[in-house]
Amino acid sequence: MNELLRQLLFLPEQRSSLAREIDGLHYFVILVTMGGAALITLIGGYFLIRYRRRPQDTPRPHPGAFARPALFLETVSLFALGFLFLTFWTIGTRQFADLRTAPDDALDVYVTGKQWMWKFGYPGGDSEISVLYVPAHRPVRLIMTSRDVIHSFYVPAFRIKQDVIPGRYTTAWFEANEPGAYPILCAEFCGTSHSEMRGQVIALDPVDYERWLAGGLASAPAFAQKAAAEAENELAEAEPTMPSRGELAAAKHGCLRCHTLDGTPHVGPSWAGLYRAVVPLESGGERVADEAYITESIMDPLAALHRGFPPVMPSYLGQIAPPDVAAIIELMKSIRDVPHGPDVPWDGGVPGSSVTPEGVTP
Amino acid sequence: MMAHEVEGTAPVHGAHEVDYLRAGAGVRSWLLTTDHKRIGLMFYVLVVLMLLLGGAFALVLRTELLTPGPTVISAAIYNRMFTLHGVVMVWLFMIPSIPNIFGNFVLPIMIGAKDLAFPRLNLASLYVYAIGAVVTLAATIAGGADTGWTFYPPYSTTTPAGVLPVVIGIFILGVSSIMTAVNFIATTHTMRARGISWGRVPLFVWAIYSTSIIMLLATPVLGLTILLVGLDHVYHFGVFDPTLGGDPVLFQHLFWFYSHPAVYIMVLPALGVISEVVCTFAQRQPASYWAIALSSFGIALIGFAGWGHHMFVAGMSELDAGIFGAFSMFIAIFSAIKVFTWVATLHRGAIQFNTPMLYFFWFLFLFVFGGMTGVAVATQSLDVHWHDTYFVVAHFHFIMVGGTLTAFLAAAHYWFPKMFGRAYSEPMGLLTSFGVFLGFILTFLPQFLAGNAGMPRRYYSYPAQYQWLNVLSTGGAYLLAGALVLALLNLLIALRWGPRASANPWRSRSYEWMTPPIPPEHNFPVTPVIDRGPYDYHLTEEEAHARVSTAR
Ligand code: HEM
Ligand SMILES: [Cu+2]
Repeated sequence: MNELLRQLLFLPEQRSSLAREIDGLHYFVILVTMGGAALITLIGGYFLIRYRRRPQDTPRPHPGAFARPALFLETVSLFALGFLFLTFWTIGTRQFADLRTAPDDALDVYVTGKQWMWKFGYPGGDSEISVLYVPAHRPVRLIMTSRDVIHSFYVPAFRIKQDVIPGRYTTAWFEANEPGAYPILCAEFCGTSHSEMRGQVIALDPVDYERWLAGGLASAPAFAQKAAAEAENELAEAEPTMPSRGELAAAKHGCLRCHTLDGTPHVGPSWAGLYRAVVPLESGGERVADEAYITESIMDPLAALHRGFPPVMPSYLGQIAPPDVAAIIELMKSIRDVPHGPDVPWDGGVPGSSVTPEGVTP
Repeated sequence: MMAHEVEGTAPVHGAHEVDYLRAGAGVRSWLLTTDHKRIGLMFYVLVVLMLLLGGAFALVLRTELLTPGPTVISAAIYNRMFTLHGVVMVWLFMIPSIPNIFGNFVLPIMIGAKDLAFPRLNLASLYVYAIGAVVTLAATIAGGADTGWTFYPPYSTTTPAGVLPVVIGIFILGVSSIMTAVNFIATTHTMRARGISWGRVPLFVWAIYSTSIIMLLATPVLGLTILLVGLDHVYHFGVFDPTLGGDPVLFQHLFWFYSHPAVYIMVLPALGVISEVVCTFAQRQPASYWAIALSSFGIALIGFAGWGHHMFVAGMSELDAGIFGAFSMFIAIFSAIKVFTWVATLHRGAIQFNTPMLYFFWFLFLFVFGGMTGVAVATQSLDVHWHDTYFVVAHFHFIMVGGTLTAFLAAAHYWFPKMFGRAYSEPMGLLTSFGVFLGFILTFLPQFLAGNAGMPRRYYSYPAQYQWLNVLSTGGAYLLAGALVLALLNLLIALRWGPRASANPWRSRSYEWMTPPIPPEHNFPVTPVIDRGPYDYHLTEEEAHARVSTAR
């Protein structure tokens, strides 16, 4: 019966401990409400036919105009309806509380949403992109936040969904009742590639899970490797738009007036090959051009000035939104392998006149 | 002046007066008119244009969704397109549709008044609407807003697209809504003819009156909230942006505090139309006048307590979710009161079956079905799975398109003879009505299933397993669009070539039918005194006429 209704209603398989119970209420509510809608329509339709008259030519009132309406019946039906709604509500409230209260022994996983990918951090320190590995038959609590805009973590097979909000933590929990790979979808509109923000929950047999913890993907079962590869592909589909968005943002904020993307020297250091390169500083010492350094250089460019470049870049603090910064960093990553020209700032046409070229070796 | 054949009219009408359409010629006499009927007609033209525009955007969306990957447009354009579709349908079509067209046209006549209480304010609201429409459309198209009609921050405050001009446009539209609402409220209170006590106000007026109260209370909240989003986008105040210390969930509360009542702004006038249609064609008084009148009121008030059901998964506490869930079900009870009363009214009626009645039948099914799915999504634990999926998209389209649009079409046919003095082709009316229903069902029924299967809304590309449901839905959308265009053509043809209609072709007792086929500029040469109700079908026609006299 469960299986029949589930398939008739196109519901995904029930792969969390609560899914089946929730679907039970689903069937009840849908059958009652659809039955009610059909019933009232049938009664209405029957009256339409039963009491149908040709437009009368007589100006006298028809006998029905004097009939007393069945108000008693109407009142009874209303109370019956109210009682049904109360039943839905009571069960729904209890289930909602269950959905929201993780068991005490749950395994915690930290989830970060950002345009347009999911990142999962384990208490042990590892982190994964797009693929959430969990042990089956064990409750898992997700502690979630977003780095940019609101996303929503949705796993249809588990019947769970929870908005992921920047600036606060929200939680959700589930217990997968069978090993397998289950799609994660982002359900809250979050920008251009919203519909590509997908991932997979890979629930592993506890033994496999231990093996995965120790040996990584290579030691995971075949289905998991396949799902992980799929997730990787999906991520790649969402990804190309990140750098191109970064390029738009860079153009919008005027970055490209001074920085180039193809390694040609200009007022500021070219971004080609910059990401993760070792940057010599004007004040002595060097820094790796990682996310932190790049963000700092955007917000406070003079704090750690790239040696040999004029201190002309303005601060973008408060001017540029975090998603744009993320996109620009993504853009830099994408041109990491573009060959870097001689690192000579442009000085009005006399190359190499002011500073000695300093090669930046990625 | 041709002599109309005026059967069934009360003695008060002056058949010798020029009708409102010919009361003045030339562009100026239209653009500067203060006649509520002409203003209603001008709204009619604008609002139908908006429906066509919003429909065209919908067809682009549906065409894109034919395949799981890219089909005809890019993701960026798709996101702008559904924003356009939502903004146009909600603020430019749905909200002004029935109140500003039919409310404007028939409300004053229904209460025996010569015009609305503030005729100039009425004209001003038309112009404010037009300006708002131009600003909103221009800004959405040129600025490329891609936030959806819900404008959730921090996406809406950080997107590269222009947001401020769009929200300014919507703000202006809100001002127009408020102007109209104030006018309707004042008119209903002060302009009723002698004898039309609160117990004799036609039910359509009750519905418009309740709608106006919601508009008045809710619109300022929306206007200011989205204006804050627009300003945040430009000046980074950070009211809703967590990186600046703001709270994005606060926005959702404020937005839905308006937008949940707003769905009743969209549907209550439709319920009013249905009440008129049912009583007229069943030739019976409503099974319970007060149940229908006061449930409009109940919906208007309780409607303000349900907004949280849009936010069950936004991090709301279980207690809050429970309270909002319970209130939502209350609203459904009030709607059920209406449905039961309509059906009880049909019982033992003398039903004349024609196009408006066929639309009523579709309405009955779609509104109940849609409303029942509303109860389903208000059940907290079920909404966790359904929220932000196509199930919700199907749910609100069942109510808004299946409910309001069918009632809009019922009204367009029902009052057509009164507005233009001609009859439309009944067979074509019935045929297009069937087309609308079939197209509608084909479009939105598969969306319930896609939502059950887990397809989120606002998805440009989707997992391939959902494809065939989407193909069905797209096919339905084309059918629906075709039927709507034919229905419009049928009316347009009748406008020019339809046979002349009598003053009261449906033998209605409601007061607007007492005027000549096309009412004169001031509706009644002298204010009538009315000593009967609008649904007194137990009187003979002579008795009904005799109870309307001329004021001394
Ligand atoms: C031919 C008829 C229509 C079709 C085929 C249609 C189709 C669609 C589609 C495909 C979406 C986008 C869903 C998504 O991206 O997730 C949508 C959204 C929406 N539609 Fe319609 N629609 C139609 C008529 C209407 C009407 C008459 C209204 C009037 C209220 C309306 C109101 C909305 C609203 C409010 C949204 C949500 C917009 C948003 O959340 O961004 N639609 N519709
Ligand atoms: Cu997202």
